[in-house]
Amino acid sequence: MEELERGMDGILIETRGLTKRYPMGEGEIVALQDVSLTFRKGEFSGIVGPSGSGKTTLLNIMGSLDTPTEGTARVLGHQVESLPHGDAAELRSRHIGFIFQTFCLLQFYTVFENVEFPLLLLGMPARERRKAVIEALERVGLADRAGSKPHQLSGGQSQRVAISRAIVKDPKLVLADEPTANLDAENSHNIIQTMERLNRDLGTTFIFSTHDDKVIRYLRRTIRLEDGRVVGDAASGPAADGADAFGGPAGDAEGTP
Amino acid sequence: MTLLRLALRNLVGAGLRTALNVLVLALAFLAIVASLGLLEGMNQQTSRAMLEVEYGGGQYWHPVYDPYDPLTLEEAHGPLPASLQALVGGGEAEPILIIQGTMYPEGRLRPVLLKGIDPEQTALTLPAHVLAEGADDPEEIPILLGSRMAESTGLGPGDFVTLQWRDVNGTIDARDARVAEVMSTPVQSVDMNQAWLPLSRLQEMAGMPGEATLLVLAREPARSGPSLPSVATSDGWVLQTTNDLLADVRNLVRAKRVGASIVYALLVFLAMIAIFDTQVLAIFHRKREIGTIMALGMTRPRIVALFVLEGVLQGVMAIAVGILLGAPLLWRFSQVGWRLSEKADSYGYALGDTLYPVYDPGVLLQTGILLLLVTALVSWLPTRKISSLTPTEALRGRAA
Repeated sequence: MEELERGMDGILIETRGLTKRYPMGEGEIVALQDVSLTFRKGEFSGIVGPSGSGKTTLLNIMGSLDTPTEGTARVLGHQVESLPHGDAAELRSRHIGFIFQTFCLLQFYTVFENVEFPLLLLGMPARERRKAVIEALERVGLADRAGSKPHQLSGGQSQRVAISRAIVKDPKLVLADEPTANLDAENSHNIIQTMERLNRDLGTTFIFSTHDDKVIRYLRRTIRLEDGRVVGDAASGPAADGADAFGGPAGDAEGTP
Repeated sequence: MTLLRLALRNLVGAGLRTALNVLVLALAFLAIVASLGLLEGMNQQTSRAMLEVEYGGGQYWHPVYDPYDPLTLEEAHGPLPASLQALVGGGEAEPILIIQGTMYPEGRLRPVLLKGIDPEQTALTLPAHVLAEGADDPEEIPILLGSRMAESTGLGPGDFVTLQWRDVNGTIDARDARVAEVMSTPVQSVDMNQAWLPLSRLQEMAGMPGEATLLVLAREPARSGPSLPSVATSDGWVLQTTNDLLADVRNLVRAKRVGASIVYALLVFLAMIAIFDTQVLAIFHRKREIGTIMALGMTRPRIVALFVLEGVLQGVMAIAVGILLGAPLLWRFSQVGWRLSEKADSYGYALGDTLYPVYDPGVLLQTGILLLLVTALVSWLPTRKISSLTPTEALRGRAA
């Protein structure tokens, strides 16, 4: 994978002419239209736009949870549009972490077991697994809640558990779909700061879909979607005053500023 | 191992739902095992009683003897061939002579089979020794009756009753007989409409000295032991092994099993509805969970396997719970037995007044395996939905 990244000049994701259409009655809905984007290692980027603009669809395709109707999406060296289900699962299992708007914690499991889950799928030995889980929980400040069940946690704590679960396997890429949508302002700040710190400390690439201004302020690159089209792609946030924060020129989307 | 761990976590997490499923399955398992135990007990108890009281270790029949055709009795007697006589001489077999006769209890006519047996015999557990007293007294004929026969004729020990019979020449004769004893036996076929007499006395009465209708072997011949006389060396006398003799009993039990299997099927079906219902609900209610674990990297075949394993584990738990809770109960049941009503005696089974269930480990194992296989199948059927589910649909909680 490292070799692949070097060969691709640190490019983790590259989409070309990505289009996604859903059948709707006798017609169809165009969720994405001709989206061409590139994401590099270490980015802290966000796809922003109003509801229904295609943010989640784009994130799902980049996470190999969905496939495009047209176009290509190369994610960590894999062509998502032609990736068999098993290989897509393997890609997600090893290299991609997900954070969802509704946390999606496994209700029957403790915090520890939730965070441990991705490592179980990877077949990691118990001792290493335990160490990694504790470390991941410490990073989000929840080591003392390892034995709690999800229903005993607040929204902010639940999302921090989800972050911990996403980073525990040390993934190349974390995709966060509206991670602060169900949180109050204070928790939203805490969550986004936690993720920014992880990005800085671990070098993990974070890509968000959001329309939350509190999150957008922290992004170092903002891609704006409207009606499934990219209408803006620029460096943003505190680092946008100078050069872009991820080492390249802002505006990697083809045909956009 | 990972799947097992996850399946166990899910089952423990589901709490009451799992407990109820396991309970229903365990009860079905117990009910099936208990009723199979009763049937096996019936089989063994009846077979044992028939062997001890009537069949011995097998029999040789006179060439024309047919127990289902009383008309054959007129001809079904003859001297024992030398090869069979040798068995009697060696104490390995006991001859029995059967002729037709009539009894007149309280002046009423009652057709009976008169059966002659040696009072000294040990091949059967019939209390034939009671016939020894007065066996040589020309003035009285000692007879042994079964309790059913005694009850239906109103006769008891010491009572006299007139017997009438035809000898080998067709001459009709009659004499009073004394009831020496009334025996209680679970085997109806040595009781109803029968009277047992000393063999030598019946041979004399019928003019058939040294003759017999059948020969009862004292012990079942060992498979590896010396071979018994064949049809050729026994002048056409036909060997009836215990298997042949018990065929009717086994057919009866088999017929019972078929009837009972409908009840098992119903029990299993009810238990499986619980599992199926749980699985169907799980696929729909846990759709977002399925989407989450898909997103975390679990493949669809593994998710299907996880759900099936959850179902199978419920079956395993049910068997464990069934054995743990049911073992003392079933053990006690096997000791105390099932008290049968008087009506049961008329069904034709030689069961006595109590049926003791027998639990065969093989049957237990078969029942357990069957339950697990059906549980696995029922668990798998609804999970086929997962195969057509995409992660995004599942995460949204939408139907496949």
